[in-house]
Amino acid sequence: AFPRRVKVVEVGPRDGLQNEKNVVPTAVKINLINMLSETGLQVIEATSFVSPKWVPQMADHTEVMQGINKLPGISYPVLTPNLKGFQAAVAAGAKEVSIFGAASELFTKKNINCSIEESLERFDEVMAAARAASIPVRGYVSCVLGCPYEGKISAAKVAEVSKKMYSMGCYEISLGDTIGIGTPGSMKEMLTTVMKEVPVGALAVHCHDTYGQALANILVALQMGVSVVDASVAGLGGCPYAQGASGNVATEDLVYMLNGLGIHTGVDLQKLMDTGTFICSALNRRTNSKVSQASCRL
Amino acid sequence: SCFSFLPLQLPESQASGLPEYIKIVEVGPRDGLQNEKVIVPTDIKIELINRLSKTGLPAIEVTSFVSSKWVPQMADHKEVMRGIERHPGVQYPVLTPNLQGFHSAIAAGATEVSVFGAASESFSKMNINCSIEESIEKFEEIAKSARNMDIPVRGYVSCALGCPYEGNIIPAKVAEVSKRLYSMGCYEISLGDTIGVGTPGSMKRMLEAVMKEIPLSALAVHCHDTYGQALANILTAIQMGVAVVDSSVAGLGGCPYAKGATGNVATEDVIYMLNGLGINTGVNLYTVMETGNFICTALNKKTNSKVAQASFNTGTIH
Repeated sequence: AFPRRVKVVEVGPRDGLQNEKNVVPTAVKINLINMLSETGLQVIEATSFVSPKWVPQMADHTEVMQGINKLPGISYPVLTPNLKGFQAAVAAGAKEVSIFGAASELFTKKNINCSIEESLERFDEVMAAARAASIPVRGYVSCVLGCPYEGKISAAKVAEVSKKMYSMGCYEISLGDTIGIGTPGSMKEMLTTVMKEVPVGALAVHCHDTYGQALANILVALQMGVSVVDASVAGLGGCPYAQGASGNVATEDLVYMLNGLGIHTGVDLQKLMDTGTFICSALNRRTNSKVSQASCRL
Repeated sequence: SCFSFLPLQLPESQASGLPEYIKIVEVGPRDGLQNEKVIVPTDIKIELINRLSKTGLPAIEVTSFVSSKWVPQMADHKEVMRGIERHPGVQYPVLTPNLQGFHSAIAAGATEVSVFGAASESFSKMNINCSIEESIEKFEEIAKSARNMDIPVRGYVSCALGCPYEGNIIPAKVAEVSKRLYSMGCYEISLGDTIGVGTPGSMKRMLEAVMKEIPLSALAVHCHDTYGQALANILTAIQMGVAVVDSSVAGLGGCPYAKGATGNVATEDVIYMLNGLGINTGVNLYTVMETGNFICTALNKKTNSKVAQASFNTGTIH
């Protein structure tokens, strides 16, 4: 049996844009987020308080955070890789933050130049500050179904990292198939193991569609009781590990499937498609959403 | 090598209630090419099919014995049928819309044929200019001749999850048409989501209705990926025990009802998923990808297979 309601976490403005080649002007980012706020989405990941040296696309994080309309009932989490980023985020008005762990040592080393253990220690500081400020923290675990460097990732490792982050105080753990290589088989195996350590109500899936498996993987997660799914409008955000390949699953395609399953999301698909059309036009690129492609009768 | 990223086979397909083996029916050379704008030379078609014959695919739909006036892409049906290598253990069905096409197919060496019905009156009218009942009568003539000659017939039901003209299609209608095709002697009924509008919800309801009339082992699903739902729909079908899946190499074949949109689900992406589920198909994913690369180069187009896009772009193909 499927959940009756699913919370869709929109990651387009952050994860999506971060992995797009063209740098997007601040005004466009703000408009994108404002349009998303009108679709019924309850959670929109707005930006990342990371050094612009590393992620130029997110250099305008403060302006974006301060410039967007913050509608009541909608959460606008931002990424905070460390205490400094956290403090900047809060100063800019953030009311929720996200931290990124990984189930792969090599990935952590290559991505943030430290071990998994060290990365979690850095987050301890963020967690303490967040607790003091009553700011909820969402935890991400990358590489849950495979790693671009290590290859296969054990479900036990994913469970271990998830459990640590949950115990540290993250209210939700988003399990990311970072390179999209997972299938319903590996998704099921991974979730079975993680669900022994973290309650299913605190789990989310963040599937990439690089191998076309995202919706099938999400379907299996839903069948197992997961009711929070991350997605990116228009499927923004390619895969940095496979040039030209796609990355995030498209929110439109996800909502289409959930609608067909009779699962409530609160999201207006047409408004979502319109938002996708807007940002693709601004990025001068075609949408990665098949629903959007099919609905355009040229 | 990119194959360190290909999912390891999990030995538990049985434990999860999924079929141990799934037959893939490759429709690229017919359904795929028929819906591609560029007319493909006969020798390219033949090479495509010959390459597919070496991948382990158990069934490859070769061509269509339809009037070239209607489907110019299939005008060379005789030459293709006669020109291809026939590998032992591989079936090479062809479409036969009427008795004339059937006889022509047999004369050209066909040993299996397919007939196309629809669950929608409007679609039947627009597509083949007759009612569902009239089309069934034509197919009965074919089935009768085929029976006399020991030629197996596969039946297709189009618009199983929705129609471009009528919209919603009721599962009972799909079951009714499927039953007519099965009763006349079709050994297998391929249920087609012709415009790809289906979702796991509608797939489940449709299959539940059809499974009341047709044994599971005689059912196949033919999903289009126009709305990105194909793999999720296929997963739903195989969770219900369906063990035959149609697909098209490189996702050849756009959707004639939504300009620029995609059509057939890509064989590579289906096999990738089935491999990850520990389900045996007998098909070598790598050789299918190579074949996809061949036909896309010949068609001067990009593949619709995400697996192919991801694999060729990591630059680690060996």
